[in-house]
Amino acid sequence: MENAQNSSFLKKLFGFREASLALVIIAFALLLSVFAPGFLSRYNINTTLIGLSMDGIMAVGMTLVLVVGGIDLSVGSVMAFSNVLAGMTMVTLGVNIWISVLVSMVLSIFIGFSISQFVTKIKLSPFITTLSMMSIARGLAYIVTKGSPVSIGEISDLFDFIGGGKTFGIPNPGLILIILVIVMDFLMRNSKIFRKIYYVGSNEEAAKFSGINVNRTKILVYILCSALAGFAGILNLARFGVATPTAGTGAELRAIAGAVIGGASLTGGEGTVLGAFLGIILVALVNNALVLLGVSVYWQQLVIGLVLLTAVIIDMKVHGAK
Amino acid sequence: MSALLEMKGISKSFYGTQALKDVNIQISSGEIQAVCGENGAGKSTLMNIMTGILQPDEGDILFDGEKLVDLNPSQAQARGISIVHQELSLCPEVSVAENIFMGRVPEKKRGLVNFKEMRLEAEKVLARLNLKIDVKQPVGRLSISEQQMVEIAKALSINARVLILDEPTSSLTESESKILFENLLRLKKEGIAIFFISHRLKEIFHICDSYTVLRDGVYVGSGQVAEIEPDDIVRMMVGRELDQSYPDKGTEIGKSVLSVANISREDEFENISFQINEKEIVGVFGLIGAGRSETMQTVFGINQPDSGTIKLFDKDVTANNTRENIDQGLIYITEDRKAQGLFLEMDLNANVVAADLEQVTRNGMVDKKKVAAVGEKFVKIMNTKYADLEQPVKSLSGGNQQKVLLAKWLAVDPRVLILDEPTRGIDVGAKFEIHATLRELSNNGHAVMFISSELPEILGLSDRILIMHQGRLVGELDAKTATEEEVMMYASGRKDDFNN
Repeated sequence: MENAQNSSFLKKLFGFREASLALVIIAFALLLSVFAPGFLSRYNINTTLIGLSMDGIMAVGMTLVLVVGGIDLSVGSVMAFSNVLAGMTMVTLGVNIWISVLVSMVLSIFIGFSISQFVTKIKLSPFITTLSMMSIARGLAYIVTKGSPVSIGEISDLFDFIGGGKTFGIPNPGLILIILVIVMDFLMRNSKIFRKIYYVGSNEEAAKFSGINVNRTKILVYILCSALAGFAGILNLARFGVATPTAGTGAELRAIAGAVIGGASLTGGEGTVLGAFLGIILVALVNNALVLLGVSVYWQQLVIGLVLLTAVIIDMKVHGAK
Repeated sequence: MSALLEMKGISKSFYGTQALKDVNIQISSGEIQAVCGENGAGKSTLMNIMTGILQPDEGDILFDGEKLVDLNPSQAQARGISIVHQELSLCPEVSVAENIFMGRVPEKKRGLVNFKEMRLEAEKVLARLNLKIDVKQPVGRLSISEQQMVEIAKALSINARVLILDEPTSSLTESESKILFENLLRLKKEGIAIFFISHRLKEIFHICDSYTVLRDGVYVGSGQVAEIEPDDIVRMMVGRELDQSYPDKGTEIGKSVLSVANISREDEFENISFQINEKEIVGVFGLIGAGRSETMQTVFGINQPDSGTIKLFDKDVTANNTRENIDQGLIYITEDRKAQGLFLEMDLNANVVAADLEQVTRNGMVDKKKVAAVGEKFVKIMNTKYADLEQPVKSLSGGNQQKVLLAKWLAVDPRVLILDEPTRGIDVGAKFEIHATLRELSNNGHAVMFISSELPEILGLSDRILIMHQGRLVGELDAKTATEEEVMMYASGRKDDFNN
């Protein structure tokens, strides 16, 4: 009896995809600590964590969008837009940084709302809608800054602390990501509103016939995704003190890669926030390994692409083709 | 006569459930054989093995005396073993000819498509089915029955020797079925062996030479159709006597709960009025295109009517959305369980609670224990066969999927039920159980309305019959006295009580 329970527990653990991904990450980290001196240094760990925190925040939002059966290619651009808008309103208009932040967040949410309206009311494909928005938001970021980064200097102790400080020895951006992952993962697994995302992503028609408000669910998801991208932009500003129109370039690809490595399905209905978080960590570790081993940065994108392909193929073999 | 195809000792299991156990089946050239069995009896699994989609755990497949080992779909196709599924698998935007020659397009030099040859060949193969259509038009423009012919033509064009038809008549009208049968007899003369999977005994006795019956994955028997009675096949399928095919009719009629007055929607239906009462089952009959589903989906709140009013328990609910209607006890169970009914990748529990997450939610959080409890309770009420409540619904047989769909809706504790083709494409046993469940609900004070395209079911299960024709309500009959002919007169537009 006990044996049977044990074996079913093990089966559950290994059927639990996040567990296998975590094992891969641990194995990879062990390899790195042996072969890449400096990997375990406090400095390296902290910079890696800060580096992945913006991508991680966007991967959380991306997971929601992928689960509902959509995609958001605009996250990197929205991040830059929000970053630049917060910086520039403060520098050129001289308003308080918190008001700038508020304005930025409101406009990021507005972008998400616009995307959701195109997707639900006009029934445009999310791919085309967000591809356009990707270009529009990036364009706005360039227009506002005239293309070059603008330094905002030292503004507020609290703002600088959020970006550059540490709490319990953990850099704040990393801590914020971890808290966000814990909260959102819990909500995605348990909250009624967030469970509806899985139903809509699994079969939109059936969700409609079951009395689930499909449009409202999609609106929520796209707004959250853009808001998180905007928030990543603010965090980036707080960290570097520079309004950068090129911030978040390629972030949409890393966010999608992280979410998919973590188990999100591009056809909707599947994916977890914890998985996306682990996926982003794996992507960051691979990047970190390349840096530590002295491989040219030009190789990074190529290697990330290979990692994504490998992860998806392994997943297909393990969980059966879809 | 030696067998063209023979399968011996076939066994297969999934998810720890034995789907087939030591099954034998054989067919000769020019034979039409019925494969009968309830849902989950293993018919689909057997056919999937025959066409190389699944590999058997044990057993041999012999084709023309040759033993086929590790058969895959393209090898099966190359030998002329083809299947036409219940759900057609054509590309709607692509032309008829290209669909027929999908993957085998005739080529000119340098890889260019030889459209002329393809068209001529397509016309030739369609001529064998007596179908004259423009092969250049997209398949999506054809009617369902024509599309089915295109699928059959596709199989023929690969030099079919064994043709498997899975529930071919489930979405055809009676006259379309007749055309299909004529074609099958034509193919039989050409020497093609045909497996005919159907739940309609009448059709089996009309068209088939022989039969094989499966029950719970086990071979029960086979023989010549001429030497057996329909009741015997039913008995073999269910393993028990069906003492009556429909439950007793209702005795008293309760108060009116849903009344619909003069609702219309452009291009869908016009001026529809009816009411349904507690303790009564109302059957809605009509031919394909009569507007039955469109009307009922509007009553449910999927769409809003252009004009007219809908009252539920004396309250005006015309502008209600589906959520509001569900919460007030009105539900609609779709005819299309795969596209509109179930979340196929999700497990049984998640499906059962989908229409009423509220009842398993506390403080905004879904309580997993409650989900499991509700899931188990209603799946059991419907007597669904499953291995694990956490298995994906897509791993169940069609009839059991249908039971999960009903379980999902019973879980919302409805008062007024509208069911669209609740027993389409499912076997006699499951059908009987669903009929009994509906009658029990009605006797317990629920109001039940169902749409069906099967006359015997309409007459057998209903207390009252409504008939629609081309978007209008044309007749209302007492089921105790109505006859099949009378209902058909209304449905075909020859008789109209309300719209003269």
